Amino acid sequence: MFVKIEPRSEPSKAMKYLSPLIAAVLMLISGLIIFSLLGKNPAEAFHAFFVEPVNDLYGIGELLIKASPLMLIGTGLAVGFRASIWNIGAEGQLAVGAIFGGYFAIIFYDYSGLFILPLMIAAGAVGGMLWASIPALLKTVFNANEILVTLMLNYVAVLLLALLVHGPLKDPNGYGFPQSVLFGDSAILPVLVEGTRLHLGVFLALGGVIAGWVFLQKSFTGYQMQVAGLAQKAATYAGFKYKKLIWIGLLSGGLAAGIAGVLEIAGPIGQLLPSVSPGYGYAAIIVAFVGRLHPGGIFLSSLLMALLYLGGESGQMNLDLPSAVTGIFQGLLLFYLLAADFLIHYRMRLDRSRLEVN
Amino acid sequence: MSDSFAVMIVVATIASGIRLATPFLLASLGEALGQRSGVLNLGVDGVMLLGAFGAYYTVLQTSNPYYGLLVGISIGLLIGLFYGFITLNLRAEQGVSGIGIYLFGLGMSDLFFQKFVGTPRPILPFMPLDIPVLSGLPVVGEMLFQHSIIVYIAFGLVPLMSFVLHRTTYGLNIRAIGENPEAADSLGVSVMATRYSAIIIGNGLAGLAGAALAIELGIFQQNLTNAMGFIAIALVYFGAWSPKGVMIGSLVFGMVQSIVLQCKTFGVIPRSASDLAAMAPAVITILALVIVAKRFKQPSALTKPYVRGG
Repeated sequence: MFVKIEPRSEPSKAMKYLSPLIAAVLMLISGLIIFSLLGKNPAEAFHAFFVEPVNDLYGIGELLIKASPLMLIGTGLAVGFRASIWNIGAEGQLAVGAIFGGYFAIIFYDYSGLFILPLMIAAGAVGGMLWASIPALLKTVFNANEILVTLMLNYVAVLLLALLVHGPLKDPNGYGFPQSVLFGDSAILPVLVEGTRLHLGVFLALGGVIAGWVFLQKSFTGYQMQVAGLAQKAATYAGFKYKKLIWIGLLSGGLAAGIAGVLEIAGPIGQLLPSVSPGYGYAAIIVAFVGRLHPGGIFLSSLLMALLYLGGESGQMNLDLPSAVTGIFQGLLLFYLLAADFLIHYRMRLDRSRLEVN
Repeated sequence: MSDSFAVMIVVATIASGIRLATPFLLASLGEALGQRSGVLNLGVDGVMLLGAFGAYYTVLQTSNPYYGLLVGISIGLLIGLFYGFITLNLRAEQGVSGIGIYLFGLGMSDLFFQKFVGTPRPILPFMPLDIPVLSGLPVVGEMLFQHSIIVYIAFGLVPLMSFVLHRTTYGLNIRAIGENPEAADSLGVSVMATRYSAIIIGNGLAGLAGAALAIELGIFQQNLTNAMGFIAIALVYFGAWSPKGVMIGSLVFGMVQSIVLQCKTFGVIPRSASDLAAMAPAVITILALVIVAKRFKQPSALTKPYVRGG
């Protein structure tokens, strides 16, 4: 081996911010290779995947709509991830948020008023946090692994939503289709820009990202989360209450995912369906990492991830590619990021001594 | 209902429970091996899907289910190599990198399926392999000894893995590295090589599990596994990292599924109840996690990358 790997004396700041870019570029290159292997013209595919979806105002609106749940959930998850609390359960927390929020939209179907939307959002927040409190409780009391518990609760939540939409929350006049009534106007987030579907929820999501930034970068608890993630023992010695941090870490993810669930049903969907998320809860994990667990970075990476979703839809329509391509891109992006992150702590150098010997 | 009819149903239910338990068992044995060496792989479901597609496509082309199994394993072994590189050489966070494998596998298997197959076509499933003499036994014969080869392989792996883990140097090394890699390293055991081998074999078993599923069902479709890979991970905790425990867990899950299927066939339970039953594996798993967390300790070095002198 002519290349020598050696640890850096301190983590490289430059690599920390460069590695998401490297990952995005590598993902793009791999994507183009996959496209050409599938017999598509790479330039055409690139255009259909990454340019076409956002070349008009409507497209930009769609991008922001898709990015909203991702940035919101990504920020919420980052709070826990910073403290090495691995909440993989945003998908389920989102579903429970949608159930709670949707419930109020349905029972107040015959009413109108400004109280309905805030009530739905608050209910969604409570629902998401309740769902996230299960792993928090089990981890703090029984030391049960939160990765597994959150993962399992995803299935329970998604099945619960399907069960309710097939049963009690089904539209009685819906010809037996598994869906709720279409929400009344008071339960739908208003569209802000004419000619797009851009709705108020986008600003709520941005507000959430800013709130996350204040909490993580400016508050003492946010700082404690960071320290606990780097060195749990040191944090305990310093008198930080790790159990409190576990609760905060998991609940913030649940809060964000629960609200995101309401934004989906009160936004683009407009009713409760058996499935209300195309995997936003999982994608948000990648968003959080690509965004360096920093709300600013998460905002940017949520736009990239949203573009992957839109590109998947556009590729399906224009290139006859399955929308599953989105998942491939998501996976690749994460691999490349994790690989590039290696360069934060290690450097590669040509091993000159070996070169000379050879 | 006559007695003999009842016996027939019970026998059929148990036999189908054993068949349904097989993919769970293969995948969770593989995951247990990896975790014993200190590496968590959350990507099992993605590996299973790729293995399932590979096997399905191979059988579609060759009409030979055994080639399908080989392709399934090979795909798993390759992903294992890749996962080892990411988590061992690059020391990526294990709780997260597996999600990447999952999303990648979910997308890639669907892409391949739509590109190379398109409309679902059934493939030749396994022929049952009756064990001579034993398969002729009343009741027990049909229950245990009239299965396809993959069922015998999966259950045969249980004692084999117990033996390897507890009676061989290699097994001792794996357990030592999962608990205390520093100590094992100082005794001259290569942490890297041992973990690589465990992950590669583990993922190979996940690929085999996917292949077994696709060939048993005789079809492939988008998200064929429907989260079975995640349940398999949970079964490792359920079974407290022992091959026997994992087997018991797999059987419980297989039986629950089989009973639900039978009830559906006979229309005994309404739709909502079968939805509730579908939640059972996840709920049981969470309960098991709580109990296991109290009683058993996970391998101490699980998810921790090993850095010499670090």
